[in-house]
This record gives sequence, structure tokens and C-alpha cells, in this order.
Amino acid sequence: MQPDISVKNLNKVYEGGFQALKNINLEINRGEIFALLGPNGAGKTTMISIICGITNMSSGEVQAAGYDIVKDYRRARETIGLVPQELNTDSFETVWNAVSFSRGLFGKAPNPAHIEKVLKDLSLWDKRNNRIMTLSGGMKRRLMIAKALSHEPRILFLDEPTAGVDVELRRDMWEMVRKLREDEVTIILTTHYIEEAEEMADRIGVIRQGEIILVEDKTQLMSKLGKKELRLQLQNKLDKVPGELVLEPVELSEDGYELIYTFDSQQEQAGVARLLRTLGDIGIDYRDLRTRESSLEEIFVGLVHEPAEG
Amino acid sequence: MNFYGVKAIYNFEMSRMRRTLMQSVLSPVISTCLYFVVFGSAIGSRMGDIDNIAYGAYIIPGLVMLSLLMQSISNASFGIYMPKFSGTIYEVLSAPVSYVEVVLGYVGAAATKSVILGLIILATARLFVDYSILHPFWMFSFLVLTAVTFSLFGFIIGIWADGFEKLQIVPMMIVTPLTFLGGTFYSIDMLPEIWQTISLFNPVVYLISGFRWAFYGVSDVHIGISVGMTLLFLGACMSGIWWIFKTGYRLRS
Repeated sequence: MQPDISVKNLNKVYEGGFQALKNINLEINRGEIFALLGPNGAGKTTMISIICGITNMSSGEVQAAGYDIVKDYRRARETIGLVPQELNTDSFETVWNAVSFSRGLFGKAPNPAHIEKVLKDLSLWDKRNNRIMTLSGGMKRRLMIAKALSHEPRILFLDEPTAGVDVELRRDMWEMVRKLREDEVTIILTTHYIEEAEEMADRIGVIRQGEIILVEDKTQLMSKLGKKELRLQLQNKLDKVPGELVLEPVELSEDGYELIYTFDSQQEQAGVARLLRTLGDIGIDYRDLRTRESSLEEIFVGLVHEPAEG
Repeated sequence: MNFYGVKAIYNFEMSRMRRTLMQSVLSPVISTCLYFVVFGSAIGSRMGDIDNIAYGAYIIPGLVMLSLLMQSISNASFGIYMPKFSGTIYEVLSAPVSYVEVVLGYVGAAATKSVILGLIILATARLFVDYSILHPFWMFSFLVLTAVTFSLFGFIIGIWADGFEKLQIVPMMIVTPLTFLGGTFYSIDMLPEIWQTISLFNPVVYLISGFRWAFYGVSDVHIGISVGMTLLFLGACMSGIWWIFKTGYRLRS
């Protein structure tokens, strides 16, 4: 199946010589939710801006819905909706006019029924005749999404859509994204909230210093790179890690009542079994044991802090 | 052709004009009325005819042109500068619209506003001064051509400006002096010879002269030269805009 977004050898060098993107290659499939993670300044917004036509690429090739974004820019852009990071709105316009404007701009004939549906889905219907300047920050964020959905795009870019919004609105947005996926809308999401990616994404890409350092199915990523932690609550206090375990990744808690064993998810069975066997052999009893899987956030922090190659 | 895209930009700009009716229409009409009262009635009654035309009537084409130039530049430069300033330009840049369509929307709306304003000022002038229009077709053609040309010029200023000061500086520091010195209130024949020659380097002379010819059949320079110079400026502005979109100057990094 042809990918909905195809990025080949994409480079971006800004005036002044700063290279924001370095040979990016990426494919995003129809109907998937792709989360792009990366620290500030990693190149997430630059990449989105290039695909959407806001920034020029230095070299490379990008296709959206099978159309080249330069040679066939009209068809490519018709398929894309963008919710930018900043709340850029025309303060004096009404909600209805602003959303209708977006639909027209993207070459679609007026369709009041669709605009009504979008506004209702985003709880903006009651505000349709209000000027944008009277809306709260959260409402403005919803408006940005309504504008992006006004022309029924099949690809939607959400550039940090939940930055600065309250928990309820964030939940609403997650719900909306799930509904869009049911309609086979491809969604590319950048976020600082790792829980957001963890909650919604099918695949995750990590970008660091302009390079994609990893693209992986979310569950595979978590099982591949995720660390697990086994905590054993001891019957009796220990002063130090027993000599038989010093070669294992085992630590003793400060109070001496807990042994903490950290292991890769994939090595789980062999390592745990060996540890428990050793403890039995040397006569250390434990009252309870529990395991904990590292979150995507911990994986992400681990990845972006690894030293860059070269 | 993205017809709906052009229409969306055009309608958006026209609705901005409706929202700012006081600033867009009433303000230039009032200031032009003041010119008519001061120069047309008060001072004009003591002035002799110029080219057998009463002074009050003589200054009408120049005053309409003064407002037309200022408003065309102001409308078009604000129209494109505001989305840049507020950040909403992202939507236009990411939309399936060609640069010709973007210009059609923004410049079309700015020129429409200016032409409407020019006609309102002409109608208002009738309340103060009696005048006739010898060549109505050419008068309207000049009105539209000038409005389009200077709206294009305003569009360029709006792209170039990176602050409100720059937005104002060209109309205030260059266009206003050129218009006042371009024969709005006098015929350049009335100037000493050296100043007549210098005036010929002022492009506004050709606009006012041509416009006045459409009213009264008299002009400082030949009508053909006036039309040619206006078209030349139109061509220069179009080239400037073509270059802006080709290079992405101050629009796409």
C-alpha cells in the first residue's frame, strides 16, 4: 500500500547555515496515528512546515497522499489539514466565518452542514457567532482544529495540540483523534506529553538534532527498549548487596529492605529466574515482589540523551 | 484555478473593510472634504482659472488620486501584513492556492475598496464643486488601473515591512510628498522651468495628468505617456511580486 506521507532524503538548511533537518526518510501509512517525539529545536515543526508548504526544503522529495508537494502542490495540500503550535487567529472574526474561510481557502465549495458538524463535534457550536477574541485559550485551540478539519482533510498534522490545555480538553481531543482514525484520517502528532503518544499513537518516531533516530511500532518500542524493574521486599534488612549478586544489575534500597533488579523486557525470564534461584540458594527470604515497566517517557529521555553519533 | 480560495481571501478582506468602515471610508472622505472646503472654496475662490477650469474643479482629479494612492497602498499593505503579524499567514501558505490567486484575492479586494472610495469622493466633491467628466470611460479606466497598480505596490510594502513603522513610512515619507508635488493643486506649467523638468521624474505627475485629462481634456503631459508610465509602474510592481513569490522573500524561509 502506498504511504500517505513519504519523505525521502529531506534536508533543510536555513540561511546562516543551520541545518535543521538531516537526510530525513520517513513513511506514514494511511489511517495510522504517528507520534513524532523530540526535544525543543529537534526539527519537528520544521519538518511539518515543509510537508505543509509553509517552509521550503533545501533538498529531498516529499509526497502527501501520493502527490509531490512541490510539483503537484495543489492536490497535495488539498489533502492536508494543519493545527499549528501557536494560537494564531483573526481576533475580530467570528468562529463561523473563520472556519468557513479555511474551507474556501482550501478550494472546497461552501458546506454549512459540514461546518456545523465540525463545530458541534468540537463543542464550538454555541460560540459560532462569537468573535474569536472573546474565546478562552482552550476554545481557541478547538477553533484551530475546526479550521484544519473544515476542508475534510485525509491527513491531519497536530503540532503539539494539547500544549497548555486542561485535562478535560486533552481527553476530549484524544477522543476526537480516535474518531478521526475511524474515518481513516492519517494523523501526525508532535507532542511533549509522552503520555499522549503512549495513549494514542500506533507508531512513534524520535527526532533529535534534525535526524530521525528511531521509528518503531509503539508496543514493539516499549517492549524492545523498555526496562523492567523487579522490587523484592525482604524479610530481613540487608547492609549491602550480597556478594553472589554483585555482578547482576541489583541495587539495595536506602532502608535496606528492598532489592531492586533492573532488566530489559526481552531478557525477563532468564534473568528473573536466575536471581530468584540465587536468593533461594543464599537463604534470603522476601515477603513480596512487584514488577514495573518503564514508561515511554523514560525510554524517550534515554534516547534523546544518548550521545549523537559522529 | 482555486476559485473558492480567491473568493475566500477577497471576501475576508472586504469584510475587514466593513468592520473598519470609519477608518476605511469615512476618514478619507472627511479629509478630502476638508481639502475641498479649504482649497476649493476658501482659497480657490480667490484663485484664477487654470487652463480655463475653475480652481475648485481643477483640483478634483488630484485629490481623488491622492486618496486613491494612499488608500490602495494602505489597504493592500495592511491586508497582507496583518496575517504576517498575527501568524495566520500559515494558513494561506499551506493552502492549495497559487501566488497569482493570493494576489488576486488580496490586491483585488484592496483595489475594489479604493475604487469604491474614489467614486464616493467624486460624489462628495459634487456637493462642493461643479465639474464634468469629458471621458468617463478613461476616467474609470484610470481609476481602476491606478487602484490596481498601487494596491500591488502596497502588497509589496506589506510583505517587506517587518513592523508597523515600515508599513507607514513609504506612504508618509514618499507617496504623500510625491502626490503633493505631482500637480494635485497646480499645473506643473506654473513651476519654474527647472522644477518642471524635475517634476517629470515624479511618477505621480503622469497619473494625475492622465486622470485630469479624462475629466477636462487638458493635461501636463501627453495622455499616451501617462498611460504608458502607469502601465510601466504596473509592470514593475508585478515583477516585484513575481520575485517575492519565486524566492519566498519574507514569506517562506
